[in-house]
Amino acid sequence: MKKIFLLLVISVSIISCKKDEVIPPKELPMPDVIDTTGFLEIHIENVVNGAPLSLHTSTYVSSANDTFSVDILKYYISNVQLVTASGYTYTEVESYYLVDHSQPNSLHLMIKKVPSNHFSSINFTIGVDSTRNVSGSQTGALDPLNDMFWTWNSGYIMAKMEGHSPQSPEPTKKIVYHIGGFSGKFSGIRNVSLVFPNTADVTKNHIPILNLKADLYQWFVQPNFSNFSTSYFITSIVQESKDMADNYANMFSVVSVVN
Amino acid sequence: MKKTLSILFISFIAFSCSVDPEIKPIITEDEIKEVVPEGWPTPIYNFSSNPLTADGFTLGRFLFYDPILSSDNTISCGSCHQQFAAFANVGHDISHGVNGLLGTRNTPAIQNVNWLPAFMHDGGINHIEVMPLGPITNPVEMNETMTNVVAKLSASGKYKQLFTKAYGDDMVNTQRIFKAIAQFMGTMYSYNSKYDKVKSGDESFTAQEQSGYTLFVQRCSSCHKEPLFSDYDYRNNGLVAYADSGRAHITGNPSDRYKFKTPSLRNIEKTAPYMHDGRFYTLDQCLNHYVSGIVSSSTLDPLLVGGISLSAQDKSDLIAFLKTLTDTKFLTDPRYSEIH
Repeated sequence: MKKIFLLLVISVSIISCKKDEVIPPKELPMPDVIDTTGFLEIHIENVVNGAPLSLHTSTYVSSANDTFSVDILKYYISNVQLVTASGYTYTEVESYYLVDHSQPNSLHLMIKKVPSNHFSSINFTIGVDSTRNVSGSQTGALDPLNDMFWTWNSGYIMAKMEGHSPQSPEPTKKIVYHIGGFSGKFSGIRNVSLVFPNTADVTKNHIPILNLKADLYQWFVQPNFSNFSTSYFITSIVQESKDMADNYANMFSVVSVVN
Repeated sequence: MKKTLSILFISFIAFSCSVDPEIKPIITEDEIKEVVPEGWPTPIYNFSSNPLTADGFTLGRFLFYDPILSSDNTISCGSCHQQFAAFANVGHDISHGVNGLLGTRNTPAIQNVNWLPAFMHDGGINHIEVMPLGPITNPVEMNETMTNVVAKLSASGKYKQLFTKAYGDDMVNTQRIFKAIAQFMGTMYSYNSKYDKVKSGDESFTAQEQSGYTLFVQRCSSCHKEPLFSDYDYRNNGLVAYADSGRAHITGNPSDRYKFKTPSLRNIEKTAPYMHDGRFYTLDQCLNHYVSGIVSSSTLDPLLVGGISLSAQDKSDLIAFLKTLTDTKFLTDPRYSEIH
């Protein structure tokens, strides 16, 4: 019965598309306004050297053998591009996402208006492009309410990590990394390109999932980073912040693409 | 019928007690216009992505004068930016914030800010729309978070009305706040001084003002460029200011140490005290600094090496000219006056 009903609906809709229908054509949806685009969902798992990241309580060991815990991990992902094997590139507009480990929803990025295609790689930026750093007041992921905008030296904090380490010389044992800078030799913006193990097949009715891993361990590896007793507080645009950006540029890897 | 009327009446009273009195339109659309005076360069900020309206301007004006933007509701933008001082702060060498805390720098004037490539004495803030974030969140100024500002404004009946008028609904967010303040600050135009009237041929300088102007063009205008009276570059003008590295604080570049943005000289008669740290209270002291007070250092502006030579007569002529930059119309314009 259900099948028959479905058939009926389909045939009605096919019929209703015919030109000789009684309904005036202007009331029909025009073909070019039918949205044939779909979505691609990105799931990000933040880890430290493979172990799931858990704020405040868990401790981790850096490559310099320093122990540390994490209180804040936030970073921007922007200007997402999906690329097919033949080189077709879809560039999302208004593509700004703030990943905040304390907000589980922020670990799921829904890439919008993706044309149906078989995508084999992704490009994105860690941070916020220079244009949006100099364009005045923004909303959404870029709202200064998100505590990722420097007020005394305008510009976005591209990535932020705060935590504790017994190796920190600070009385409170804090370690603080606010990495920014949108131009010049110490810029904190990094471009990431990742190749998929199999294509992500986007259709109007199907949302593939791209599982990414973001490894905080990479922030603190040599030679760009020494250890928490010498580099425990980076909050301005300097050589050290540039070095850390060089490190976090390597934090992403593809786990799987699930169609 | 009578019953209905009395119910209506009662509900009217109840209603009128529960809402804030309606804020009457203060200005008309005709009174708020983007201005680019004849012969001035193209402004850096225009209102293309922030359409200028009387209601947007009015919201910005209320916000500017409202201490609700500070953590203890005591300090407004207007507390330190006073209209009669071209929105500088008379008598305060450095700014005073919440809890009696002192800032480190002198309150700058607000005028013709659409031409500013960057804000603050060190140019750290790059856009008029994010400029208020600095003082609002600075612990020694207004010491407030934008989260609290949004919450306080959202709870206010007055602001529900003002946001609705400006934006069509009463949603409060940081972008709406900042764009409204940008409409108010961005339309603070000063271009009706005697100097401007002389330039347009409507008035003429006295002999002393004219000789001061001639001196000004020779000795001062390479940095204090007409018609804005600033080149908006960063320069070390020979003040001993080792506690404040100035522009270098932003760029991290040692060659920018002790450099500060050249301030405009418009309305300078009214913006005392002077310099980034407000150390000079009179124009005479300022000129004496350039004559004999320049302290040499590796980043001293090359134009100031050896100081500027000025006789006593030169100085009084120069000051006579500088006073022609006073724009009384701007300083008393009712559109910019305090409102609550």
